[in-house]
Amino acid sequence: MADLLISPFADFEFMRRALVGIVAIALGGGPVGVFLMLRRMSLTGDAMAHAILPGAAVGYLIAGLSLPAMTIGGLIAGVIVAVAAGLVSRLTSLKEDASLAAFYLLSLALGVTIVSLRGSNVDLLHVLFGTVLALDDQTLLLLATISTITVVALALLYRPLVLECVDPTFLRSVSRSGTPTHLVFLGLVVLNLVGGFHALGTLLAVGMMMLPAAASRFWTNDITVMMIVSIAIGIASGIGGLLLSFHAELPAGPAIILTAGGIYGLSLLVGREGGLLWLAWPGKHLEA
Amino acid sequence: MSTASVRFDGVTLGYGRRPAVHHLDGTIPAGSLMAIVGPNGAGKSTLLKGIVGTLSPLEGQISRETERLEPIAYLPQAAEIDRSFPLSVYDLVAMGLWSRSGLFGGIGRKDRGRIEEALAAVGLIGFERRPISTLSGGQMQRALFARLLLQDASLILLDEPFTAIDAKTTADLLDLIRRWHAEERTVVAVLHDLDMVRRVFPETLLIAREPVAWGQTGEVLSPENLLAARRMVEAYDPHATACQRSAA
Repeated sequence: MADLLISPFADFEFMRRALVGIVAIALGGGPVGVFLMLRRMSLTGDAMAHAILPGAAVGYLIAGLSLPAMTIGGLIAGVIVAVAAGLVSRLTSLKEDASLAAFYLLSLALGVTIVSLRGSNVDLLHVLFGTVLALDDQTLLLLATISTITVVALALLYRPLVLECVDPTFLRSVSRSGTPTHLVFLGLVVLNLVGGFHALGTLLAVGMMMLPAAASRFWTNDITVMMIVSIAIGIASGIGGLLLSFHAELPAGPAIILTAGGIYGLSLLVGREGGLLWLAWPGKHLEA
Repeated sequence: MSTASVRFDGVTLGYGRRPAVHHLDGTIPAGSLMAIVGPNGAGKSTLLKGIVGTLSPLEGQISRETERLEPIAYLPQAAEIDRSFPLSVYDLVAMGLWSRSGLFGGIGRKDRGRIEEALAAVGLIGFERRPISTLSGGQMQRALFARLLLQDASLILLDEPFTAIDAKTTADLLDLIRRWHAEERTVVAVLHDLDMVRRVFPETLLIAREPVAWGQTGEVLSPENLLAARRMVEAYDPHATACQRSAA
């Protein structure tokens, strides 16, 4: 048993690095995902993940597979798309989901085109699906920094974030912090996606955000507990996915997301808050 | 307790260029208990949004005179809250302390006592840990009144607070409104129940886009005025030209 679970991490440095990276991503991505879900912005997260691609691709075009260039490029592209989609939905009759869909499809096509201009298919795969088993010191430091910034920022913004979800009219009547809060939150989403991008690629980065969050909704009705559960599920998916990929020789990124998907499926079935089995067999009704 | 009055100078509020409230002049004196009455689409909710400041006037000015600038306690029509959000009744009510605790301030023992008091005042003891998704319409309205209590504001705006609320809850919440009035807070409520307005509210504004009458409830709610309000034309005039009346 110990051989199966522990020795892969004990014997191989790349497995330990991958584990540290995933834990960092789960720490930031879990709570951000919970807020995305509660604000009904799950698909926004997905769209933004795609939007990062052309920026990272331009960075790649200029400097090759360089961490700072691709990070800065991704951040800029993510922010541009978030702001542009927000502006289009405010200024025209197109809703935000439709304008985001338009922007992210454009971004994805543009990004793949830019990468193909210079690189090989290997590089394209690297950008789309990440390299969780090849995280260097620089990248780990970046991931840890991002999760630290995220946790601190969420702690500071906690009240207006919650209030803006539950009762935006009330928040507007007592404070002007609604719009800045929303903008900082979008910034955190982009930041975490850029971090996740290095490990899991643009297509899967959002998986470490949304799957643990969606799964956690089936276990609790308390938002604080929900964030902790989603972090725990993220870390468990990381460990499980890495072991799965190690033993079954599967690609690591998809294995991690598949594990998260498995936990989501399990929660959907047996989760104590609205899981399907509890809905099907709720037990006899109560006295009062 | 500080006092608050609201003055309207030639106020027109609306959406696009279409007026929903057209050329309103007058003052809500500090400490008054006032009802806003009128047909659907008369601009009642729009007027409250104008006072809160979430909607800027197309013309004219709304000015609030208070001793210190403090937030208004505003209860919008019930539909605007996300009831599926995982939040407890206690936390919902505690939001009323925002103007004191703000973004980061802690909630101390004294504050917890006040939250308990507010819950007791609306009869929601025992509901503290319940998620808001499990509340009935009346219980939700009680919780929102508890939040208003905690806001401790000198100006309180209520938008149709008793729509779809049963008699017992309405009576309890009306008692709170009377208490606020006795404490010399300014209370403005949009209402449809004219009997209730006559019974509880000394002052009334009858509005049908244009202000119809404003003053003592008994005089305002005369048969002639009510008939005039009912004649309001709700549909837009597609050929409307720019309004020529000048602001006062």
